[in-house]
Amino acid sequence: MKKYLMKGNEAIAEAAIQAGCRFYFGYPITPSTEIIEYMARKMQQVGGTFLQAESEIAAIYMVFGASGSGKRVMTASSSTGISLKQEGLSFLAANELPAVIVNIMRTGPGLGGLGATQADYFQATKGGGHGDYRLIVLAPNSVQEMTDLIMDGFDLADIYRNPVMILADGILGQMMEPVIFKEPEKIEIDKSWATTGANGRKRNIITSYNLHNEAGEEKALYLEQKYKGIKEQEQRWEEYHMEDAEYVFVAYGTSARIVKGAVDQLRKEGNKVGLIRPITLWPFPEKAFIPLLNRIKGYMVVEMSAGQMVEDVKLNVNGAAPVAFYSRQGGITPQPEEIIEKFNNSYHKGGEQ
Amino acid sequence: MGETIFSKTKGLTNTPFHYCPGCTHGIIHRILAEVLEELAILQDTIGVAPVGCAGFIEKYINVDFQGGAHGRAPAVATGIKRALPDKVVFTYQGDGDMASIGTAEAIHAAARGEKFTTIFVNNGIYGMTGGQMAPTSLIGQKTSTSPYGRDSSQSGYPLDFPLLISQIPGAAYVASVSVDTPQNVIKAKKAIKKAFEIQMKGIGFTMVSVLSTCPTNWGMSPIQSIKWLQENMKNYYKLGELKTPEMLNQ
Repeated sequence: MKKYLMKGNEAIAEAAIQAGCRFYFGYPITPSTEIIEYMARKMQQVGGTFLQAESEIAAIYMVFGASGSGKRVMTASSSTGISLKQEGLSFLAANELPAVIVNIMRTGPGLGGLGATQADYFQATKGGGHGDYRLIVLAPNSVQEMTDLIMDGFDLADIYRNPVMILADGILGQMMEPVIFKEPEKIEIDKSWATTGANGRKRNIITSYNLHNEAGEEKALYLEQKYKGIKEQEQRWEEYHMEDAEYVFVAYGTSARIVKGAVDQLRKEGNKVGLIRPITLWPFPEKAFIPLLNRIKGYMVVEMSAGQMVEDVKLNVNGAAPVAFYSRQGGITPQPEEIIEKFNNSYHKGGEQ
Repeated sequence: MGETIFSKTKGLTNTPFHYCPGCTHGIIHRILAEVLEELAILQDTIGVAPVGCAGFIEKYINVDFQGGAHGRAPAVATGIKRALPDKVVFTYQGDGDMASIGTAEAIHAAARGEKFTTIFVNNGIYGMTGGQMAPTSLIGQKTSTSPYGRDSSQSGYPLDFPLLISQIPGAAYVASVSVDTPQNVIKAKKAIKKAFEIQMKGIGFTMVSVLSTCPTNWGMSPIQSIKWLQENMKNYYKLGELKTPEMLNQ
């Protein structure tokens, strides 16, 4: 297969088109802007629909309308823009509408800056909008994985009738790497629920408005069951040098790439360390931790936030071993030597964790 | 057996309306449903419900429906129409939904000349939440959030939304009507029909604004409400065809 050298953001857009996405609604925001620009150029060439919306809010509701009409549809933005979309994400989830939403994170809170960050983990995985709902959240750590996960994301969205978020940062969006576009899987999807005009069938109605508490509970229980099923089926993670590991790093996305360097160096120095890299942030890869609980002496989470995923790691380690944490924030990436120093201080000198 | 000279339109389902006595949503629903039947487009139409009193419109109008959040109907309708350009799409929105929280979505759908139809129902108040001031409430009008009457120094002036939309180049047809008399109901129906016909020709954005009453939250009887509409709202809001496709070429 042909190899291309592409920017992460452009690879995302191309992968979406190859996955059969023919509708894109978006609003420009750095550092995700190459996605909307690529879509503006390419959608016309492939007979798709590109529309620059008047706002992030309008864009997500255009996604809603097109998805409800049975189409594969995507939007992309960056943190503050994703905040504006939260109402729509809640509505997409409530109405079980499939869509792919890309967040190329920028720093916050507020307007923030453009440096690499992972500060939107809570927003993405804990339901940034109102109500009890979940997004399937995929966290690539390379340009290649961005294209693979976009394609998988469209399938997951269609299979589970649920919005899927790709959570990446400005480094992944802006850097160039070689990439191969895999042949998208052909899956059979029934979209007989879509509003296409009630011609020879019963009316299709896509709404989430309901004033009867009993019906409200029934819907909530139904969604809860669906999310349990996703949790059971779709946990993904990568293991790196885990075979004999005594100490385990946990990191995703850009942080995980840096941690791999730290793991290599620590191993050279005789430490039995490994890495668990969550690929699905929701569902969190709980299954990765179950076999470790009796043998791992300590964990260390590395994030570019004040500590968000570390809460899920602690929940799953459940006190079986100490969990140390290292982070840089505000657009600064952690360096391998800093991670190594923190590891040594935590686990070799009996120091703080 | 006598000859059937009237029957309920197939455009309405058999679900009874939940609207208050004297509310004109019922009239507007019926003429909209009749238009969809007369144009033989019930099977090709997708409606978009608002948030507000008409938030359950999908129970009554016999077509496919989507319902998004408060004020977002024009964006949802844009997504539907772009996805299904051969279908007929409409939004049905109140004055709070469209002229307040959804102003951006409405103006830009019109600016892009999106080929769907909006039925805008203006009763000058938030009905569903129990009678708060709307952007369309008249000066002096008492509501639960303007208990001393709307004061322009505090809350500005009522927005004539169809007049505003009519100034936008992408708007192909904008009519402002009222359903306060049988004659005006017939006029309103004609305007709605014309809007859908223009949509189907693909000329641009179409909108029919309908002055409406809210006896419950105005604190009046249905008859008093109609009178109040005639004596007050009709003096402020410009009625008639505010924009027609012919004006696009002038």
